[in-house]
Amino acid sequence: MRVAHAFSRRTLARFAVAAAAVALHAAAPAAEAPATAIEIRKFAFVPQEITVAPGTRVTWTNADETPHTVASRDASFKSKALDTGDTFSFTFANAGDFAYFCTLHPFMTGVVHVRADAKAGAGTAP
Amino acid sequence: MKSPKHPPAAAAPHDPSRRAALHCLSAWGGAALVWSVAGGVPRTLSAATHDPSGKSPVAGFTFIQISDTHIGFHKEANPDTSASLRLATARINAMPQAPALVLHTGDLTHLSKPEEFGQVNELLREIKTSRVHAVPGEHDALDDGLAGYLKAFDHDGKQRAWYSFDQGGVHFVGLSNVLNFKLGTMTSLGDEQLAWLKKDLAGVAHSTPIVVFAHIPLWTVYAPWGWGTADADQALALLKPYGSVTVLNGHVHQVLQKVEGHVALHTAMSLAYPLPTPGQEGIGEPGPVKVPAGELGKRLGTRQLTLVRGKHELALIDTPLERA
Repeated sequence: MRVAHAFSRRTLARFAVAAAAVALHAAAPAAEAPATAIEIRKFAFVPQEITVAPGTRVTWTNADETPHTVASRDASFKSKALDTGDTFSFTFANAGDFAYFCTLHPFMTGVVHVRADAKAGAGTAP
Repeated sequence: MKSPKHPPAAAAPHDPSRRAALHCLSAWGGAALVWSVAGGVPRTLSAATHDPSGKSPVAGFTFIQISDTHIGFHKEANPDTSASLRLATARINAMPQAPALVLHTGDLTHLSKPEEFGQVNELLREIKTSRVHAVPGEHDALDDGLAGYLKAFDHDGKQRAWYSFDQGGVHFVGLSNVLNFKLGTMTSLGDEQLAWLKKDLAGVAHSTPIVVFAHIPLWTVYAPWGWGTADADQALALLKPYGSVTVLNGHVHQVLQKVEGHVALHTAMSLAYPLPTPGQEGIGEPGPVKVPAGELGKRLGTRQLTLVRGKHELALIDTPLERA
């Protein structure tokens, strides 16, 4: 199993995803950094577009049998190849629109909108 | 159609009836397919014995294409890809005459791991032939680009994934189109490689049969899945003056073909798992297709190619690992 990235540990990742899911449905505890989750499923990023507040940690989990990557167009972040169940996390510090894609399947694209007025911890479609 | 006095590379006029037949066949993609334009496969000759220089065409010169072995993949669609490669190796080694060479059109490994490159290298050494010539797939270029691939499969010590060589009177060109992925577009060969190709072909007579092999198809099979190469047209333009050009690709895990003038393009079956046919009902993404037990061997296979005297097309036979 690949452990190149600090957040790639599967067990840790599952916990993180579960935590993120909880954060999505209940208001995030004030003391913790906001987090949100994106699933990679059937060669697509789900949801394909999200809006988050600055400082939100976004975690991608690959649910496909095919490896995928998560790479921003502006090269500000790029994951290693994610095998089934592997995850990648990135914290968006600044506001902006971050287009990303899978470098193995460039037709797979997504966008993270980081907005100061977005509700903390909520990954919502714009 | 038969003109045995002509050398194999003679630029015979294109046969429209054959083109029609191919269109018909290409509609048929996905299933195992036996196809020979030569009306029978000539007896093979040992190229190594008869043509040490590799420069003069050898009728009956036979070689094998294998593809997409994905060593390291262990999931439901094929829990044992090593066994599939071993079975293919056994079939190749049982040929009455050993193939002159073997081409592997990429995705040797599933995740580019050093142990996967080591394992596939070891498995390929069991094939009885002069040499296995590989090109990388995108699965061989994860994380550290082609560094891991080139450790095991550097063809000529030049630390690059494209190269050419001559054998059996055929000029072979291996190309790499798995590094230049950009958001929302298809992959590309890139300017450096195209410049190299132009220079490489400058020294090759137009009568010489050419075999180009690369992982991702050099024609647009299906853009929504990235099954094509954005700058393939530039490579094909360089190949236009040649009387016999065969382009061999992998990536799509199924047999598809296209003919443009004297250029015949073919994708091959995988030795790991099937992928869906573009537009296949109920399937929206190119992920591994799970088939019932006993069906898998019919969807995996190898390809034999033979140079035929008097023909500008090579004779192709796609053989599934297990017959229907």
